[in-house]
Amino acid sequence: MFSAGLALFYGVVEVGRTWLGPFTPHVEISRSLGDLPVYAGYSLLRIALAYVLSLLFAVTYGYIAAYRPRAERFMIPLLDVLQSIPVLSFLPGVMLAMAALFPGRQLGVEMGAVLLIFTGQVWNMAFSFYASLKSIPREMREAATIYRFNWWQRFLQIELPFATIGLVWNSMMSVAGAWFFLMACEQFGDFRLPGLGSYLQAAADNGDTRSILLGILTMVAVIVLIDQFVWRPVIAWAEKFKLEQVESTSAPTSWVLDFLRRSRGVALFRKRAVRPLREEIIQYFARHEVRTESAGENETLLWFWRVVGIAALSVIGYAVVRVVMILTGLHGSEFHQIGIGLLATFLRVNVTLALGALWTIPVGVAIGFNPRLARIAQPLAQIAASVPATALFPVVLLVLIRLGGGLGVGSIVLLLLGTQWYILFNVIAGAIAIPTDLKEAASVFGIRGWERWRKLILPGIFPFLVTGLITASGGAWNASIVAEYFHFKGQTYSTVGVGALISAATDAKNFNLLLASTVALAAVVVTTNRLLWRRLYRLAETRFKLEG
Amino acid sequence: MFLLEYDSVTEPTEPIIRAHAVEKFYLQPDGNRIEVIAPVDLDVEPGKIITLLGPSGCGKSTLLRILTGLSQPSSGEVLWHGQPITSQNAGVAIVFQSFALFPWLTVLDNVEAPLEARGVPAIERHKRALRILDTVGLDGFESAYPKELSGGMKQRVGFARALVVEPEVLFMDEPFSALDVLTAENLRNELLELWLSKKMPTSAIFIVTHNIEEAVLLADRVIVLARNPAWVRADFPIELAHPRDRKSPRFVELVDYIYKIMTQPQLALPVPAAAAAQKRVRQKYQMLPHARVGGIAGLLELLQDRGGKEYLHRLAEVLIMDAEDLLPIIEASVLLGFATLKDGDVQITAEGAGFAEADILTRKILFRQAALNHVMILQQIDSVLHAKADHSISQEFFDDILDEHFSEDEVRRQFDTAMNWGRYAEIFDFDRESHRLILAEPVGEPHPPTTPVQS
Repeated sequence: MFSAGLALFYGVVEVGRTWLGPFTPHVEISRSLGDLPVYAGYSLLRIALAYVLSLLFAVTYGYIAAYRPRAERFMIPLLDVLQSIPVLSFLPGVMLAMAALFPGRQLGVEMGAVLLIFTGQVWNMAFSFYASLKSIPREMREAATIYRFNWWQRFLQIELPFATIGLVWNSMMSVAGAWFFLMACEQFGDFRLPGLGSYLQAAADNGDTRSILLGILTMVAVIVLIDQFVWRPVIAWAEKFKLEQVESTSAPTSWVLDFLRRSRGVALFRKRAVRPLREEIIQYFARHEVRTESAGENETLLWFWRVVGIAALSVIGYAVVRVVMILTGLHGSEFHQIGIGLLATFLRVNVTLALGALWTIPVGVAIGFNPRLARIAQPLAQIAASVPATALFPVVLLVLIRLGGGLGVGSIVLLLLGTQWYILFNVIAGAIAIPTDLKEAASVFGIRGWERWRKLILPGIFPFLVTGLITASGGAWNASIVAEYFHFKGQTYSTVGVGALISAATDAKNFNLLLASTVALAAVVVTTNRLLWRRLYRLAETRFKLEG
Repeated sequence: MFLLEYDSVTEPTEPIIRAHAVEKFYLQPDGNRIEVIAPVDLDVEPGKIITLLGPSGCGKSTLLRILTGLSQPSSGEVLWHGQPITSQNAGVAIVFQSFALFPWLTVLDNVEAPLEARGVPAIERHKRALRILDTVGLDGFESAYPKELSGGMKQRVGFARALVVEPEVLFMDEPFSALDVLTAENLRNELLELWLSKKMPTSAIFIVTHNIEEAVLLADRVIVLARNPAWVRADFPIELAHPRDRKSPRFVELVDYIYKIMTQPQLALPVPAAAAAQKRVRQKYQMLPHARVGGIAGLLELLQDRGGKEYLHRLAEVLIMDAEDLLPIIEASVLLGFATLKDGDVQITAEGAGFAEADILTRKILFRQAALNHVMILQQIDSVLHAKADHSISQEFFDDILDEHFSEDEVRRQFDTAMNWGRYAEIFDFDRESHRLILAEPVGEPHPPTTPVQS
């Protein structure tokens, strides 16, 4: 206990010293084994900080959107757009801004990293919380009203439980994505941060195979530990929030949760601390419950929201004017550059998706149709997928350069590395979901070979495939920022693309070009989402859905 | 434990809840208003079980929510002991059709939750919850989670949670509808026993149901609602002594009487208020009963087998169907001219008999004929489809026609029914992707004995 406290204290002091210390533009990354846990700790801390921020923000945002119809009207479409913007395209801009905001302090860059991870993971959590609140059955709400539940009871006994399962799964996805962004942040040019990402980069820079392996091993270990000590117990615990009428037979379990539930210390803590505290809160709220029917719709609050709305609108308006001014100030050649870059990246992203689909569909279907294979392959694939692609970029680049390939082909490999898993897992899920009687019907009627693919398998996995492709497409656009332009061994490798353009503009401190290409990239991604993916998704939801 | 001393039946007592001219309507963007509940006056007096009967979607549940203070009437007022009602001052509890238990709380925690909200100290909370669980026969299940319980047990938890706050009026919204027949019967009897032995801390019970027998079995007073918009069609006491015998002549007579009122909303009784009558003129749009073609065919075949005429009550028994499910099918048959309904007798018509006897293809033709002759919306669609060059119209056309007359949910249901009928009759086809109705190729070619009718 004492040593744990001491360790914690040391950790806090160490972090405080570095973060509040002066900004070091070129962090020296040591490759000694002893420093590896420290780096892992730094990475973990950033992830944790960003996650807590995201959770608080997501709950607040979802809550307001669900209960204020006027706010809901713009908050939900906004969420939709924010969700589809490739966050990494803002990496350079945000880093520059944060460094300027905290001049000469490491804190600025650290906050920049946390902010980026936050923007990468918060939207789907907010949406999940909002959707859960909206799906609370009417009678349950009425029960709460008729039995005079106060705000606290509503939140704790209805809203939070209802949202838990969705929040947990979205948190897992978000944190997985966060590792991806964090690795990119830690490796980012002048703003390199001490962490696992930069360790791997340094190791690859020096061609140090041993350190590379150790780094990857640490990465996998950290992810497995988080899974065992955080997600598994939480999932097993969240099982009780399932809205099912009958008990399911195969509930997820977790040895950590079992241990905690059996632990006498935890039981004592609950009895001595949690329960009396809970009672205090109950009594407090029962005494102080506001007796107004429609709470919060009073005049002052309304004015407050109006002021906030007007302020937000003016900020947005100002930003738009600035962007337009900058864009009109650009040279024709720069527009040309952006156009070519967008086209190149667009092609690259879609080639990646095609390649990914090409290998994952047969493999995924094979795994999904064969339970024995699935038992072996699925955990392996999960571990492989859990290593953030950005962490591997330096390593892959090292191999590619040794083989003599350029970044033109290399970037596709890098993109594929980051996105193929989304497609694979969805295809497996889709193949498993094809009902046995349909498969049997197909074989009874002698439907085989290509016919079987055309009539049974492809339509069956279609909705899942679309979901996978949508996620993969988002990931690929994101990854293009880091995959098309790379500092490595003192050299700059790059290929034609809007990602390369963004990174190069940052290096050259050409802010106008940086802004213009970032905006253009975001616009293209949002547009393709609306025009292509949204429609495919609707098609999948209507025509290819398996339930009647 | 009783909050009120009361003397049942004889003395006129002050009502606990008094609803005066409560009305519910929704304003449409175009200024039209959809009336859900026409002005209703209603008192809830102590010492009685009151049941509110009505067909599905007639606004019974909405009325219940207005009486409990859960939702506000569009006009009129609800008084709780003379004061305007709010969900804070009303001493009411609701037992819900879906139970509305919190699945993540144990049985005990579910029952304690309303007491927590009122700030009852932990020890007393615990004692009161245990006592009520004991009363409803749930001792031993305190630490179970709702999902471990059967439907009947879950509803007992619902009862316990309602009773633990000692409500002056206990409201029940279709409390037995989600249960199987035997469990429901058992639970009804137990409720009655608790009530009659005055073991529950409640001075009135108000039950919303669509089950006629349930109403006659339990109620001291029955209120029948008619729909579109809801208005009180009948309100009468039932003086039979408990326990009531379902086979007794008086019981059967009452059930038949209610059946008759419910199937003939326009008969005998005049429309309650002049103002309401005026509004109802706007509502005079033909409403399709929600019946599928298969159901109509099944009913007609059964009628034909039974000599073409059958007592409504008997039909429900033979088919083991609730009035709620049977009535739309009969209404649809009447609307299509396949059957007539008089004094509780369903009589098949010549057309209906022809339909019942016909083969699959002829049935389609007969149905098409009947539909185009009697169903306004299908006539409209048919003539528009023929008039338009591309022989297709958007679904929105349909929505626009219906929007003026029905609520959003009802528009959906009307649309689904019209789709079912129209596609069966091959008047049109519906393309789900483009949401368009397309003129269908007419059935086969002219087949005996008639040719399709042009509208």
